[in-house]
Amino acid sequence: MAVIETKDLTKSYGKARGIIDLNLTVEEGDFFGFIGPNGAGKSTTIRTLLGLIFPTSGEAKIFGKDIVRQNTEILSDIGYMPSEATFYSRMRVGEVISLSAKMRKLNCADEAKRLCERLSLDTKKRIEELSLGNRKKVSIVCALQHMPKLCILDEPTSGLDPLMQKEFFDILSERHKSGATIFLSSHVLSEIQKNCSRAAIIKEGRLVALDSVENLSKTSAKRVTLHGVNSVPEQLGAKSVETAADYVTFLYNGDIKVLLNTVNSLPIYDMTITEPDLDEIFMHYYEKGGDEQ
Amino acid sequence: MTIYIKELKQSAKAWGIWTGAISFMLFVCIMMFPEMKDQMDSVTSVFSNMGDFTSAFGMDKLSFGEFMGFYGVECGNVLGIGGGFFAALAGISVLAGEEKEHTAEFLLTHPVSRVSVLTQKLMSVLTQIIAMNVIIVGISLISSAIIGESFQMREFILLHTAYLILQLEIACICFGISAFIRRGSIGIGLGLALALYFMNIVCNISEQAEFLKYITPYAYADASDIITEAGIEPVLTLTGAAIAFAGIIAGYLKYTRKDINS
Repeated sequence: MAVIETKDLTKSYGKARGIIDLNLTVEEGDFFGFIGPNGAGKSTTIRTLLGLIFPTSGEAKIFGKDIVRQNTEILSDIGYMPSEATFYSRMRVGEVISLSAKMRKLNCADEAKRLCERLSLDTKKRIEELSLGNRKKVSIVCALQHMPKLCILDEPTSGLDPLMQKEFFDILSERHKSGATIFLSSHVLSEIQKNCSRAAIIKEGRLVALDSVENLSKTSAKRVTLHGVNSVPEQLGAKSVETAADYVTFLYNGDIKVLLNTVNSLPIYDMTITEPDLDEIFMHYYEKGGDEQ
Repeated sequence: MTIYIKELKQSAKAWGIWTGAISFMLFVCIMMFPEMKDQMDSVTSVFSNMGDFTSAFGMDKLSFGEFMGFYGVECGNVLGIGGGFFAALAGISVLAGEEKEHTAEFLLTHPVSRVSVLTQKLMSVLTQIIAMNVIIVGISLISSAIIGESFQMREFILLHTAYLILQLEIACICFGISAFIRRGSIGIGLGLALALYFMNIVCNISEQAEFLKYITPYAYADASDIITEAGIEPVLTLTGAAIAFAGIIAGYLKYTRKDINS
């Protein structure tokens, strides 16, 4: 069953770019990654799905319910973590968490306590005294304390230290194992690759790819840097080549053995192979789109 | 009910300060009355001979030397300005404040419909205003007992009813405006209350500006008319109620369709 299903979902407002004809399906039990740079439309999509903003055209369903007409029903089963975690500044952490539970007409004190302990969050502090990371933790507790069927997380890890990021993903994968669907938006590709089973890529308001993470990763290129040489052998078919005095860096999108064999004969003293940054992934997708046409 | 209670808690401090300040000013003014009364003749004649200024504050109709007349003019200014401003502030920030503080996103991603959010927020503003007026009436009664004066009860009740309606009307108008703006603009609220207040003064001075009485709630809450007529002008009050209702409707219509941006 599709948990999230959008059909030609479009949101345009003023000059700011919105989303254009978005067709997205997230199945029940997916750990879904939603990738795109800042301003691509990730948050716009999420905010439309949650009913904070209204679609210009097209439609979307969550749990088979219409996002506009049945917004309130849908929200009962969703845990949402916004990218900017802002709460009533004069309240204490515990008050915000229990307010969130009360607005759901639930008592989630036990689960909230467990989550606060795992995230080492002090519930007695006032919101205004918290750092960004700690506000994020409040956000996590509010999003997860009621055991939602669908977790929508908008760039959840920004501001969290690596230990907390790990704890956070541990919690998420536990929830996922117990049946929850996770929708994770991020511009950190490694985060998506490590945790998600399926992913969509959005650029400039349009969906450019939607596939299993495995397939997306296979087709994605690597950024290779060779130290000691300043040109790339032609047979590698390198893209976006940049050269400097003693190194060359390029995108490689072929068999890794071919790369190693070729590099083996070069007078290099060091090399790195990394994930390309997102812009490069997008370039890759755009070029691929161009080839097919 | 959760949001209603949250709103009351969040506004408790501001409410306390405004209620305290207005009560204190009323108390001080009432305490001044015995001294004024001794100089009644001269005071009344001075105040009733200041031309436009006299009619602007309705002192041509009221005797400043009588307790009810004194209270009417003084209550009109303290409660009219103080209460009106508080109502404007409470109304203007009740919706837009959430967007200004970026908490609207948190609030509206819970399973509470926007209509319910609006209703609970509106109720909390109205509750605050009613509670404030109950306390102010209490303070006035106690203060008058201290100086050994008594009110003409009918006029006293009418006067405070009119001021309560005035404040509720201003709050409802500002509630409506609040749905349209994104930043809790205190300036718009205070500016509006002030403009309405001065409209009544202009209206009292100039005959050409008499149409303003249909716009400003200060016209039906004019102490000099209420005390001399022993009644509240029904047409103006109903017009005011209609404007208040329009404010509420506008607020609901706008806010249930509003894009909440981060």
